[in-house]
Amino acid sequence: MDKIVSYKDVIDQLSDGMTIGVGGWGARRKPMSLIREICQSDIKDLTVVSYGGPDVGLLCAHKKVKKLIFGFVSLDMIPLESHFRQARQKNEIEVMELDEGMVQWGLRAAAMNLPFLPTRVGLGTDVLTHNSELEYVTSPYSDAEKLVAMPALKLDVALIHVNKSDEKGNTQIIGPDPFFDELFARAASKTFVSSEEVVSTQDLGGKDGAIFNRFERSLVTGILHAPCGAHPTSCAPNYGFDIKHLKEYSEAAKSFDEYSTKYLNRTHQDYLDAVGGSDAILKIPLPQF
Amino acid sequence: MSESITLSEICISASSKAWEGEGEILATGIGLIPRIAAGLAKLTHNPDLMMTDGETYLISQPAPMGKRDISHDLVEGYMSYSRVFENLWGGKRHAMVTPTQIDSFGQTNISAIGDYNSPKVQLLGVRGFPGNFINHKNSIFIPNHSVKTFVSGAVDMVSGMGYQNKDLSNGKFEIKLVVTNLGVFDFNGKDDSLQLLSLHPGVSVDDVIENTGFDVIINSDKATPMPTDNELACIREILDPQGIRNSIFGE
Repeated sequence: MDKIVSYKDVIDQLSDGMTIGVGGWGARRKPMSLIREICQSDIKDLTVVSYGGPDVGLLCAHKKVKKLIFGFVSLDMIPLESHFRQARQKNEIEVMELDEGMVQWGLRAAAMNLPFLPTRVGLGTDVLTHNSELEYVTSPYSDAEKLVAMPALKLDVALIHVNKSDEKGNTQIIGPDPFFDELFARAASKTFVSSEEVVSTQDLGGKDGAIFNRFERSLVTGILHAPCGAHPTSCAPNYGFDIKHLKEYSEAAKSFDEYSTKYLNRTHQDYLDAVGGSDAILKIPLPQF
Repeated sequence: MSESITLSEICISASSKAWEGEGEILATGIGLIPRIAAGLAKLTHNPDLMMTDGETYLISQPAPMGKRDISHDLVEGYMSYSRVFENLWGGKRHAMVTPTQIDSFGQTNISAIGDYNSPKVQLLGVRGFPGNFINHKNSIFIPNHSVKTFVSGAVDMVSGMGYQNKDLSNGKFEIKLVVTNLGVFDFNGKDDSLQLLSLHPGVSVDDVIENTGFDVIINSDKATPMPTDNELACIREILDPQGIRNSIFGE
């Protein structure tokens, strides 16, 4: 079994109007090399589901987003995401704004093949005012409590970045927090995983390594070898987030052309060279709070 | 203590009381003053509190502000984002947060200012506010108490629910303390309205009334207690030895 794919292979399987889920969290472990590849493709009108960081910002800057399903968009150290803000303030994108936990609940419902999961979260807030498609469900038990029926967030494609994989699609997230990547994979019809390293199955570390295997390979459609593929986001324990680059990216909301000319519309290897090279990225310390 | 006591230290001491008597729960202080305050609560009156290193691990001592040698962290448990949700849905948490707007019902906003469809200012998004406020107690820290933060009418985008909807929360909703640069408040006034508990040094009742966009119940004009020597030692020597707290009020 060989699931190794190229960037072109992934792009060929995407089409206009698809719903795409992006793993990671804020400025952490985002499949940025895949996001940049989408940005330089012709694909458009995407619905994007994300615990948003520069993935959302970059897609917004390239006018790829029709609708964003989100709980937040943030660069962590830089709390507000300038490109996303600009898209919102200019009314360029539709939004389904949800509590972070409701996003999880929607992905979980999709993962479990359920139409919805009940929750109190959202009640008493404008999340319900602004999302008229959200319905209620009444508990059939004696409490008869009225709850939100969080609908399944089904994805056509999930894009995830991991530390290590083999060519069969066995993946390992070695950083301490796997975020909700497992649910993105389970909620999606197809999952493409970019990986810092692609090794033989023998080199996955046996039982000790298997602890880091957060979802099974049958969920994985393709594996893409992408060293430093999360840059400028972090990929613990390999490298931290590139604060200097994130600042430059953030500033670029004012004049995106300059940033684009300097860093985008090129191969992943050429991108890495443009931002200082993989040796430098691998030396970026992990963030400390 | 030879150095004079600063406003940030007064706010940290007052904010730490949010976790008084809360027992063995997860204490989350988001932002500088709330984080130091949670640490102070753990070092003084509530050693049972659980706290994270700001990332994925529960550690036995509060993480001090600024750079530290993390190899000295005594890791005692695991608290991934997934587990944070499990924890907060179960109600075993008390967070202190800083919304951009708060209204007379205790409704809070961190999502967007202005017209929702094309906001004047897009902020973070609702993040975990809907889930936090309906599932567990929260407290609030506002560094810039004004009619722009304490708004008249409703907040622009209700991210955290308010007292008028408390029956929806299965008894969990409560805003325990509101600490600002002017004073200390709670929502135990008549009909769950905001009431003044104490004023910081140099602040008058009129200052509070002028800077709040809705009616505040004034039953007291007493002074906010000064931090004790022990609290000051904890703040200055353990929790924030580099004085990062001074940046909040430009002290």
